[in-house]
Amino acid sequence: MADHEFGFDTLCLHAGHIPDAATGARALPIYQTTSFVFDSADHAASLFNLQTFGNVYSRISNPTVAALEERVAALEGGRAGLAAATGMAAQMLALLTLAQNGDHIVAARTLYGGTYSQFAVTFAQFGIATTFVDADDPETFRRAIQPNTKCIYAETIGNPQLNVLDIAAVAAIAHEAGVPLVIDNTLASPWLCRPIEHGADIVIHSVTKYLGGHGTTMGGILVESGKFDWGNGKFPQMTTPSRGYHGVIFHETFGDFGFTMKARMETMRTLGPTLSPLSAFLLLQGIETLHLRMPRHCESALAVAQHLSQHPAVAWVNYPGLAQSETRKLAERYLPRGAGGILTFGLKAGAHGGAAAGERFIEAAKMMSHLANVGDAKTLVIHPASTTHRQLDDAEQRAAGVLPEMIRLSVGLETLDDILWDIDQALARAQA
Amino acid sequence: MARVDDVSGIRRILLQSRTIAVIGLSGNWYRPSFFAAKYMQDHGYRIVPVNPGYEEVLGQKCYPTLRDIPHQVDIVDCFRKSEDIPPIARDAVAIGAKVLWMQLGIRNDLAAKIALDAGLDVVMNRCVKIEHARILGGLNWAGVNTGIVSARRPG
Repeated sequence: MADHEFGFDTLCLHAGHIPDAATGARALPIYQTTSFVFDSADHAASLFNLQTFGNVYSRISNPTVAALEERVAALEGGRAGLAAATGMAAQMLALLTLAQNGDHIVAARTLYGGTYSQFAVTFAQFGIATTFVDADDPETFRRAIQPNTKCIYAETIGNPQLNVLDIAAVAAIAHEAGVPLVIDNTLASPWLCRPIEHGADIVIHSVTKYLGGHGTTMGGILVESGKFDWGNGKFPQMTTPSRGYHGVIFHETFGDFGFTMKARMETMRTLGPTLSPLSAFLLLQGIETLHLRMPRHCESALAVAQHLSQHPAVAWVNYPGLAQSETRKLAERYLPRGAGGILTFGLKAGAHGGAAAGERFIEAAKMMSHLANVGDAKTLVIHPASTTHRQLDDAEQRAAGVLPEMIRLSVGLETLDDILWDIDQALARAQA
Repeated sequence: MARVDDVSGIRRILLQSRTIAVIGLSGNWYRPSFFAAKYMQDHGYRIVPVNPGYEEVLGQKCYPTLRDIPHQVDIVDCFRKSEDIPPIARDAVAIGAKVLWMQLGIRNDLAAKIALDAGLDVVMNRCVKIEHARILGGLNWAGVNTGIVSARRPG
């Protein structure tokens, strides 16, 4: 008899946690401990040899953190997950497990700014080079692939451009080259898009955003699909004996979760950007309502986008769910349940110019919070040109998709009329 | 007696079985067969190594073939190529084993038929260690998607 397949909503609540073996506690216990006792010297040896599953030290694994890892892996339809202190840390763990000095990454140009800097500045210092390409043309990924390329990296929904990636087309290009496609699915969340179903091999999240959903807690995760062939000759680190583990061959020993084990037992163990158990608990509390929050984020964002499109003070609106959006076709294919909770728009220049109008709009907001985050339950607003991208000159800002008059909204779960009220009164004062 | 591929069926096999003959068990500690057998031994199973290349593995006497084992065997766990399984299935039937278990990546429908016809349970393309850890606890600590949803304590 086949096992019953549980639905997405059930997995949001249950995956990764069954009642505690010791106490029967129904809620997830917070295992706030650095270390775990060994039953015997032989048990300790088995753990250090990776011959048994178990916990040694919370830098490497912790039962509360593991519940988060399994839950997100289940929601993404993946095989295994590894949580980290932040999304940036999770991405670093994934990429430093894939690539080393002398290797190469092909990445979308329209990435979150922090990711762009991690690749262009920090990884460059490690001897890992990145070629940035136009994510809207999958063929540009193919042209940038070199013999030493170890992965293609892109976002489901680019930030802040909000361009939707043709995941299946880019996955096919990656697989032809024998490398995995790594997708940052933060802005979509698995409720909107499950990149593994379209061919992605590794999925990254800043769990801080929609998964956690409440703006309380930092966290990140990588999820492995279990489908990539690490034995194809391009990843000797997966198929030859590990120096860190006296000859264990991760691909052979752990099969379809070998990449996650290697990322945990080597990259995480030696670099150490661990998620705390309390943070994992808080993030899991958020995930329990992901399937209830995401539809509302999408509905309200669409309503805000439509409202702004008709407002006389607004020059343009960018939201993948709008009929006039350039990325609408891809949004319909990859985000059929909604186009996410984030949109950008530009104010008409008015008397003081677009950038000044943008700053005045932010200053006038009463309920929308001016801060540098997205995916909170509350509505957030920011003027990238004067904040997140302030260091760049005008030309650099335009290349990154940041226009002087651009405002980014992360639409929250407040009463829709209140969000529209705040936008309208701020627009009026921005133009005054 | 059936092809078993669901959680409750695999749980029943793991809870009812005590003795596992491991065909092709390596003496090298970092080989997958050694990992799996050591894990099952640590979890209370009697491991019977079957490999003509060794006298002893994991502190247990090693036999050249299944038919040389002088006592009851519950599970015959195969770490051999798929095409080599049918004769092992016949041996498993001959010694009165209850389960023919083929490890990850191993499938053989002829071998399965031989075992099923003789009343054995058959598991294919699954690792005995991973299934034990998935269903009875442990694999979840490695962040692996176990597919287990339950409102009951493990076990």
